[in-house]
Amino acid sequence: MNLLFLLIVPFLTALGVLAAKGLKQVRTVSFIGAALQLLLAFYLLVQYQQIHVEGDGMLMYFEQSFAWFPSLGISFHIGVDGISIAMILLTSLVVVAGILVSYGMEHLHKEFFFLLILLSLGAYGFFIALDIFTLFFFLEVAVIPKFLLIGIWGSGNKEKSAMKLALMLMGGSALIFVGLIGTYYYSNPGGARTFSLMELANGGIPLQAQLIFFPFLFAGFGVFTALFPFHTWVPDGHSSAPTAASMFLAGISMKLGGYGCLRVATFLMPVAAEQYAWIIILLATIAIIYGAFATLMQTDLKYINAYSSISHCGFVLLGIGMLNKVAITGAVMQMVSHGLMTALFFAAIGMMYSRTHTRLLAQLGGLLKVMPFISSIFIIAGLCSLGLPGFSGFVSEMTVFVGAWQNPDFWYRLATILSCASIVVTAVYILRAAGKSVMGPIVNQDHLKLSDALWNEKVAAVVLLSAIVIIGVAPFVLTDLLSPGTDVLMAKLLK
Amino acid sequence: MSDITQILLIIGLPFIAFLLLGIFGNSSTLLKNSAGIIGTSLMAISCFFAIQIASGYFLSPSHASGEAFSPSIVFKYVWLNFGSGKSIDIGAFVDPISAMMLVVVTFISLMVHIFSLGYMKGEERFATYYAFLGLFTFSMLGLVISANIFQIYIFWELVGVSSFLLIGYYFQKPSAVAASKKAFIVTRFADLGFLIGILTLGFYSETFDFQELIARLSNHQTPQFLAIASASFLGLSALTWGLVLVFIGGAGKSAMFPLHIWLPDAMEGPTPVSALIHAATMVVAGVFLVARLFPIFALSDQAALNIVAYIGIISALFAAIIACTQTDIKRVLAFSTMSQIGYMMFALGVSGYGGEEGAGFSASMFHLFTHAFFKSLLFLGAGSIIHMVHSNEMGDMGGLRKYMPITHIAFLIACLAISGIPPFAGFFSKEAILHAAHQSHPGIYYLGLFTSMLTAFYMFRLYFSIFWSKESKDHSHHSEGTWSMKIPLIILSIASILVGFVPFSSYVSSDGLGLESHLDWMFSIAPVSLAFLGIGFAAYLYLKENDKPESIANSLGSIFTWVKHKFYIDELYLFITKKVIFNLFGKPAAWIDKNIIDGFYALSADITTAVSFSIRGIQSGKVQGYALYFFGGILGLAILFIYIMN
Repeated sequence: MNLLFLLIVPFLTALGVLAAKGLKQVRTVSFIGAALQLLLAFYLLVQYQQIHVEGDGMLMYFEQSFAWFPSLGISFHIGVDGISIAMILLTSLVVVAGILVSYGMEHLHKEFFFLLILLSLGAYGFFIALDIFTLFFFLEVAVIPKFLLIGIWGSGNKEKSAMKLALMLMGGSALIFVGLIGTYYYSNPGGARTFSLMELANGGIPLQAQLIFFPFLFAGFGVFTALFPFHTWVPDGHSSAPTAASMFLAGISMKLGGYGCLRVATFLMPVAAEQYAWIIILLATIAIIYGAFATLMQTDLKYINAYSSISHCGFVLLGIGMLNKVAITGAVMQMVSHGLMTALFFAAIGMMYSRTHTRLLAQLGGLLKVMPFISSIFIIAGLCSLGLPGFSGFVSEMTVFVGAWQNPDFWYRLATILSCASIVVTAVYILRAAGKSVMGPIVNQDHLKLSDALWNEKVAAVVLLSAIVIIGVAPFVLTDLLSPGTDVLMAKLLK
Repeated sequence: MSDITQILLIIGLPFIAFLLLGIFGNSSTLLKNSAGIIGTSLMAISCFFAIQIASGYFLSPSHASGEAFSPSIVFKYVWLNFGSGKSIDIGAFVDPISAMMLVVVTFISLMVHIFSLGYMKGEERFATYYAFLGLFTFSMLGLVISANIFQIYIFWELVGVSSFLLIGYYFQKPSAVAASKKAFIVTRFADLGFLIGILTLGFYSETFDFQELIARLSNHQTPQFLAIASASFLGLSALTWGLVLVFIGGAGKSAMFPLHIWLPDAMEGPTPVSALIHAATMVVAGVFLVARLFPIFALSDQAALNIVAYIGIISALFAAIIACTQTDIKRVLAFSTMSQIGYMMFALGVSGYGGEEGAGFSASMFHLFTHAFFKSLLFLGAGSIIHMVHSNEMGDMGGLRKYMPITHIAFLIACLAISGIPPFAGFFSKEAILHAAHQSHPGIYYLGLFTSMLTAFYMFRLYFSIFWSKESKDHSHHSEGTWSMKIPLIILSIASILVGFVPFSSYVSSDGLGLESHLDWMFSIAPVSLAFLGIGFAAYLYLKENDKPESIANSLGSIFTWVKHKFYIDELYLFITKKVIFNLFGKPAAWIDKNIIDGFYALSADITTAVSFSIRGIQSGKVQGYALYFFGGILGLAILFIYIMN
């Protein structure tokens, strides 16, 4: 398959949105575009599985390369492996669901859908890039829309949240940029310098340079995926954002960071990764525990989900920090799982908010009676979040745990036990949230008049839920897809 | 029909009921009205095949010729592969205990399905109720046939969540929501131990498969055993740690002291649910888990097995004492469940492996088997009473024998069975347990004996207060309930009389070789006469209404208050969760995040703003000012140059 389609389709959709008139046309065009993306992503998966043969030695598939700034060794180089395909699938699912739940967006609808599509374009470009400059370019493409989406369509203290998010993510980008320049400068000693991911990996980067620039890259990407202590944009950003933007933020943007930590930082600088592994594990464990406890005290549904995202993304970083195949596979699974599940969670919260106009636990209650569908989705997303078997959260967390337990070092064990312990705290805050919002007696009698989900909201929820259940019931589908990619990574790490 | 198809039907049909009724039950009126019939019929087919599988297994010709029962893997597929031999498999493992459990679970579930037809009639979420029952039954069946320790963990969590959903069925009642949360969180806490135990055992034995795990860790020559036995942490070997942690998981699910606090509250669920989940099936999962790993416990780690024994007897005695003071009929039954599970647990704990040594194992499984029948009978009887009286309090009952004759007889049979009066079912299994403990652990034997007297006392206290004593209200206009409620009572009553005569130990034993079941009448004199003593004392206090119970309670003073408040363990937990966890961890974490970490970023933003404010005066737009800076700059540079030149 020509990977350029993944960029052309969102691009044309964005143009179509600009040309369309009225909310109905705009959302129809957006939905068609999103559905095409989803089809493309699945077609890519099918194509990959036809071409891919176990042990064929191919690292990347469907590669294409165009010279961009040849003098600087920058090329527009794209290609995918199983890991990127998983991320692309995740992105396309979240995009479809996000577009569907935004069907009622009246205010500046054209701009809103345009920015959503633009964000997805950035994400696809990021996941298929094999040139780290190109990758960085698309990362930035994905940052700007977030600022506008929150600043214009947000709620609460939206300007401040938008500013905070943009500044922190820009700060992360700045760190990444320093790391990229360093990587470039020290690449290919003696020959021409390059930004190409594969050439960088093959050439190897001198140890001294790795030790200096790995922290820049890892922390920079870490900002995107809520690495402690760079996570504070998450709660404010998510809670101020409109529903679809929250879904995109948690479902797609945070995954850019995790993917970058793995594909760029760890893959290019494996020695430094091993040297700094203990710091990663330490920070990840803190994020997991601390995020979970901070969630306990939140009274706003979106804050609950945002803080729990910090905790859940900690599993991604924990898996990466453990540096073994099982744990890293678990980390990628957790990325996919968290993306789907948080998007579903935010979708459910958004549906409740658009009806009740509140997200405060104290003002909700008993919604299961008036809106059974939305409330059930909320409970299911919660159960997925607390790692119930049958949903994707369980298999990814367990894979991380089994992987993490492989290291018999006392401190690694302690970190794993503490991380495991978070599943209890997760259960506490999820049940607290569910108990106060959808269960219990109805607090506000006005809520009795509210209606349940519309068809577009139902479809959005079912799309996400199906993916969650498929991974949860048949995890081998995902692990088989990820296995070759993690093998390549492990080969680098073991060298 | 092949075994695979049968097994798949047994566990698949309840799941189909769950999906069908859960997804479409509320939108289609047709499904909503026939939800009970659909769920019940699917359950009946499932039960039929379970009995067929079990009878095929137990009555196989190879066993008749004296061979041991060998476990058979009906199917097993790799579900999640971790590489290097470790994987989560989904499979069906049929051996004597799982075959027995298949029958118990499907049969009790069927009875509860039938009973609920009448009991839950007219409920708004009738279809959802049957969907959840289906989910629970599916999960429980998946649990008992697990072939892999991670598979058991998966279904373990699923039964936990079904229990949560069913306890919280009346989701508008705050007490039901609180109880469902409590049940899930307490068992989740225990499951943390289970999970780490699995990781530990799996790491050293290099497998999660039950058969391989048992083979590697119960044989003292394998490299895996040597590794796990030599690794130690805080003075205990990794094997002991692993087993104890797994047992903690089991203790949580089986409501063993001190993780029992969720069980009494779980009675907030509909009563048939309590009969199924919190009496007969799910709560014995912990016993089942220890039994599943029994060869490792018994052959390799006596320390862990002793812990099982002590926790078992403490729970049995503790719960029996509390049960004597409770006034809510379901709570009495809940504590009695905990006490009886304590019996099963310590029976495993005192048992050895193989031959006569393993009598405790058979006894434990036997008690699990008989208990399922008479305890679900007690709960369904209680359901029938509550359905008529609309109250759980014993004080609102009394003299009911005239109004509900069938329930009365059924309840009496169940009380006799649980008290261990011959020839009812509980007599045989309890005798076997006490007999097993008598030889090896006399201390536990005497405590068990005392507990069985308490059991008889509190059960007949319940019985006399409900059916005799004084009528507190006029119930003549209430009816006893529908036939769908009476039929399960009758069937379970018959079972509670008959199942004790099953030569259980010749089918279920620790090593698969049948044991000769024998009854030592001389041995039985002590327990049976103590049970009669308990009944007599209960009759003396409660047969007719009088003030003797109150004066005894008063004379006990603060001891009585302590027991009635369940030794304040709930309050202790509440203190730990509300005060310690929220205040000591939650609040500081949220505070630090808001003020220190986020404060740091806010501060740096503020500094940036302040700095830019203070230096923006430089760009004033006044030409004179710029000229001044320009000449000042030139002057400065000139001075610098001159300085350098010199």
